[in-house]
Amino acid sequence: MIKVDNLIKQFGPKRAVDGVSFSVERGEVLGFLGPNGAGKSTTMRMLTGFLPPTSGKVTVGGHDMSEEPIAAKKLIGYLPESAPAYTDMTVYGFLNFAAEIRGLRGEAKKSALARVVELCFLESVLHQNVDTLSKGYRHRTCFAQSIIHDPEVLVLDEPTDGLDPNQKHEIRQLIRKMGEQKAIIFSTHILEEVDAACTRAIIIDRGVIVANGTPAELRRKSEWAGAVTLRILGQNAAEVRDKLSQLRSVKKVVVKESEGNGRVIAATVFPRTAGDSDLTREVIAVTNGWQVAELRTEEGRLDEVFYNITMKETETSGRDARATREAK
Amino acid sequence: MNPFGNIKTIAKRELQAYFTSPVAYVFIIIFLLLNGFFTFMVGRFFANGVASLAGSFFMWHPWFYLFLVPAVGMRLWADERRVGTLELLLTMPIAPWEAIVGKFIASWLFLGLALFLTFPVVLTVNHLGSPDNGVIFAAYLGSWLMAGAYLAVSCITSAITRSQVVSFIVSVVACLFLILAGFPPVIDLLQTFGHWHWLVDFITSFSVITHFEGFQKGVLDSRDIIYFLSVIGFSLFTTSVILRTHRTS
Repeated sequence: MIKVDNLIKQFGPKRAVDGVSFSVERGEVLGFLGPNGAGKSTTMRMLTGFLPPTSGKVTVGGHDMSEEPIAAKKLIGYLPESAPAYTDMTVYGFLNFAAEIRGLRGEAKKSALARVVELCFLESVLHQNVDTLSKGYRHRTCFAQSIIHDPEVLVLDEPTDGLDPNQKHEIRQLIRKMGEQKAIIFSTHILEEVDAACTRAIIIDRGVIVANGTPAELRRKSEWAGAVTLRILGQNAAEVRDKLSQLRSVKKVVVKESEGNGRVIAATVFPRTAGDSDLTREVIAVTNGWQVAELRTEEGRLDEVFYNITMKETETSGRDARATREAK
Repeated sequence: MNPFGNIKTIAKRELQAYFTSPVAYVFIIIFLLLNGFFTFMVGRFFANGVASLAGSFFMWHPWFYLFLVPAVGMRLWADERRVGTLELLLTMPIAPWEAIVGKFIASWLFLGLALFLTFPVVLTVNHLGSPDNGVIFAAYLGSWLMAGAYLAVSCITSAITRSQVVSFIVSVVACLFLILAGFPPVIDLLQTFGHWHWLVDFITSFSVITHFEGFQKGVLDSRDIIYFLSVIGFSLFTTSVILRTHRTS
């Protein structure tokens, strides 16, 4: 549905987006991750036709955004980052306008309005002025605007920002449900949302895509992927460490005496290659005869992957670049 | 959807917004009060004893509009940018020019409504004497066209900045130029610079006052109409260029 080809955006001397390419098909929910200022919003603004790219191409449903902007924009619903809405109107007036500008009239408009009002729980504020709304309601009003024409493509810039935990949960559910029939791109910096709603995630840093895969694939990049954590009763810590360290697939072992004068030991065994499932089997074999209270294989941690990808390489070379970017 | 439908939808929303905020009511009341005061007190309408509105009523309009029209126009684009709704508007399936024209037409109709509400003056002069209503109608048309020209200039300044105050001040200055270029004291001053009559003519040809004069006398000169329409057209075009540059740079 959406195809982005080598997208570049230059703001003066600064390259905000530097050669981003990806595509999203119907039935996919793409999570767009990245630190603040990484180029997420700029990319989304180019996707939706608000900013023209310096170079590169955006195609939506086969329509080139720069050549057939109106045909392309018709297919998109867009929730901008700040969730703007006309403040000098009622919620109903605003949604009515959004429906009309999307070409909905008469019965079609009526049923579209009823549908989004119900989906976004706006009934109670329908005749309230937008500028008197709380942030959560305003956000949902703008979200309602983006889905009023039941678009095939949905671009959501931080859709859960500023919502309370219940509302976040509702929006994620909604995204996942709509994602079954639409192509959805949403940006976030909340990693748990990737698991909650995405079928695929892209991590972008300094305008470049640094990782692209399913949440499980991304997690496998973590050194925690395939690591085994154990709690063992009544064993000597040094002996445990020795035995575990001799395993074939092991990279490192961390042993802690956790409680009760060393009677309970917590150990974590990291695999030599991330996501290696042999390690779990080896650990189980070696623990034969020990009193094991708990044994768990880790799936890997997204936050660690995110940190490694966006921070570690930055620490030496990119720190200055980052500082200037943040100052801006 | 057709361009006409889009323009109508946008104009409708804009007009609705005027009347849900106090801006519209404040504007109309002040406009009517000013008109009443200047026509009857300063313009000495009764003392003149002439069944005409040119010298007492319409002559003030270029000056009223100088402050009132930028007040109407300043929010047009500045507010869209400040609130961020510009991003919504320009990602809707409409052409930017449709949005520009739609918003302009809404404000222009609003100014037309304010102007229409001065009709008691027309009733008064008809009650007291027998004026040439054709002349009055022509002057109304001219006044509305002039308001449109000011408004289009305000559109430009409103697109330049996200601050309404800056937009207001800049458009007042720009509109002041449009007035002063034909203001008799300024023309006199220009003529003292020598015999460059073509220069004086050139500058005064930009003035709204010069072009509004014909309408006040009941003369519908196509050149005057074209002048106002071309100021509007040029300004709206400039607005579209400015909005596009904002997004590319």
